[in-house]
Amino acid sequence: MNKTFLIIQREYITRVKNKRFVLTTLLMPLLIVGFIAATTYMSIKGKDEHKIAMIDENGFFKGNIKDTKQLTFEFPTDVDTSNYLKKGYTDIILIPRFKAGDKMTYLIRSRKRISITTESAISERINNAIEDNMLQGAGINKAELDSIHVQSQFAELKAVEENEGGAKESNAALSYGIGFGSGMLIYITMFIYGAMVMRGVMEEKTNRIAEVMVSSVKPFQLMTGKIVGIGAVGLTQFLMWVVLIVGLTTAAQAFVPHDVMEQVKNLQQANGQLPGGGMMKAGEAAQQIYKVQHTISTANWPVIIGCFIFYFLGGYLFYAALFAAVGSVVNEDPQDAQSLMLPITMPIIFSFIIMSNAVQDPSTPMAVWASIIPFSSPMVMMARIAYGIPGTVPYWQLALSMVSLIGGFLLTTWMSAKIYRTGILLYGKKISWKEMGKWAFRRN
Amino acid sequence: MNKILELAHLKKYYTTQKAVDDVSFSIEKGSIFGLLGPNGAGKTTLLRMITGIFYPDSGHIQFDGKTFDPLNDIIKIGYMPEERGLYKKMKIGDQALYLARLKGLSKQEAMEKIKFWFKRLEMESWWNKKIEDLSKGMSQKLQFVITVLHEPKLIILDEPFSGLDPVNANLIKDEIYGLAQRGSTVIFSTHRMEQVEEICDHIVLVNLGRKILDGTVNDVKQQFKENKFHIRLSEVPSNLSNTSFKLVDQKANELTVKIENGFKSNDVLQYFIQSGMTIESFHEILPSLNDIFINLVEGTKATTRAFQKETH
Repeated sequence: MNKTFLIIQREYITRVKNKRFVLTTLLMPLLIVGFIAATTYMSIKGKDEHKIAMIDENGFFKGNIKDTKQLTFEFPTDVDTSNYLKKGYTDIILIPRFKAGDKMTYLIRSRKRISITTESAISERINNAIEDNMLQGAGINKAELDSIHVQSQFAELKAVEENEGGAKESNAALSYGIGFGSGMLIYITMFIYGAMVMRGVMEEKTNRIAEVMVSSVKPFQLMTGKIVGIGAVGLTQFLMWVVLIVGLTTAAQAFVPHDVMEQVKNLQQANGQLPGGGMMKAGEAAQQIYKVQHTISTANWPVIIGCFIFYFLGGYLFYAALFAAVGSVVNEDPQDAQSLMLPITMPIIFSFIIMSNAVQDPSTPMAVWASIIPFSSPMVMMARIAYGIPGTVPYWQLALSMVSLIGGFLLTTWMSAKIYRTGILLYGKKISWKEMGKWAFRRN
Repeated sequence: MNKILELAHLKKYYTTQKAVDDVSFSIEKGSIFGLLGPNGAGKTTLLRMITGIFYPDSGHIQFDGKTFDPLNDIIKIGYMPEERGLYKKMKIGDQALYLARLKGLSKQEAMEKIKFWFKRLEMESWWNKKIEDLSKGMSQKLQFVITVLHEPKLIILDEPFSGLDPVNANLIKDEIYGLAQRGSTVIFSTHRMEQVEEICDHIVLVNLGRKILDGTVNDVKQQFKENKFHIRLSEVPSNLSNTSFKLVDQKANELTVKIENGFKSNDVLQYFIQSGMTIESFHEILPSLNDIFINLVEGTKATTRAFQKETH
């Protein structure tokens, strides 16, 4: 049997059988789902509530300013800055007398520092009230104004992008989520599995196994066997996560009765107008779930998953070879590993930064080029692909990016193999990047 | 062609010292060859060149009649390095199977051989243990089995007995004989002379990166003998004196004599016979390899091997 295959087999089986692998594979999806649930809960429940005393010298805010879930505006008469806390208010707002059209500065005093979101919520309410006041001044009566407010709430943005097969619904938030999520996953896996390759190589070197091994196999077989074996571990873990996450979400959906879901579906398709007060029956939660499901279904999943697997493997192979080269020159001292890893981790971190920008604005020249250069393409291209092919990413860019990534990992593997071959059997000497470079470009 | 390995003018220089400096020797097929030398003499570097781990800076290696091709010939070599290398977390049976299959054995073949050797060296109960649970001597035995499992043409053992108790050391020693008899050549690197004397046919002594001795154990001893003889007489002699020898040591009726130049052992015997003394035993005292070794190596310092500072 092929020796490289034997090595792959060993690397794969020893890791997959490991208890830690089984645990992380099972716990990670729970952790992710738990994390999402926790952040959602916190964003709903976690906001602090403000009871605000308004001291308004103009007298028109009363009745014009609306409360929100977090903000309650009251207009007490016997409160000032010295006693608002004792009276049970958390904040006090002092609005001086001002003329419409003039710049006005008002003051808020609080028990504790207020957050940015609270600040902007308060200022939005105040500005809306001023606007309403001005509209009323221009002759619109209050009843009309209220009806306008209610009606304008019905507007909802539905973006549609031009596509070859006709226009298609698009969703920027979803693209952002997919782009960032897949970029993030590639980032994490590069570090986890890259470091795993490096540690594996270091183990073989420091335990002097390499010396025994190279009397049976070529160093190149040893290196590629390790890289491919660990890559297969990564892919396995990954597929299991996908299966588990899909399974968990399906299980969560099962708690919503089927007929309620059907009703919501009909409701949504009829643009919110259902005869017989159906709106009342379908709970808000069920509507949310339907909306999420519907939004998710607008993405081009086969392309995204296909590209993800390609860039996941390509990026892994590109960097794993470099990690193997570093592992092969490290001696017992883990400090050496840290400093030698830096030139590899820097481009990964840098790509992550480009990716987090590209995911907001996928067509800047920076994002385009970073998605073609193999150092950063796995993460950045995934961020862009989420926005659609060939709308955001033309076919030629995707092809160029894929070809250069394949070329890139062949090149890093070829160079690393040379460094590895020399490094793995060299003991006691501290190797610099300069020397590694010499080995990499040496002929034969 | 009955040479398995021929080395010609091998050189390997490190930045600070000449690890191997122009060494040439050859090894007969089926022999047990001892590569000796004090610590830091360059033995391990030499072995790593023979196993293809290092490329020599200059010189030529001929393996089994052809120029040594590390990538393809390596399979015919079993190498047991001085520092043992095994996966700590792997089970012993799995490990042996894995390494055997990497040597090119099929799974069944490998299993058969492992079972054979495990039984032979009383290691059957170890199969499911991990390396980290083994003592040093135990992992030594395992490493030996892994090295010889595929019955390579050339077996290189670097300090094979370190950490082994006398019983296990003898067990391994017998196996080494057996392998040589079945046609393998064994290179045996050590600085423990008493083992070499027992096992090896041919030895090479290196010191400071250079070869300083090359020959069969017997030749070397003959070369360094001091013409000393041991004589046991039936009674304690009263007075001894002859031009043919000098009395070196006497313990009651046991004498050690050194034969003077120009005389033979028969001259000494004749003297005793003519003096009417009964000779119970008479044999030559050959120097031990240990003595020769110490004699040759003593006084040289490792620093003499360093490059001379260039003078401009």
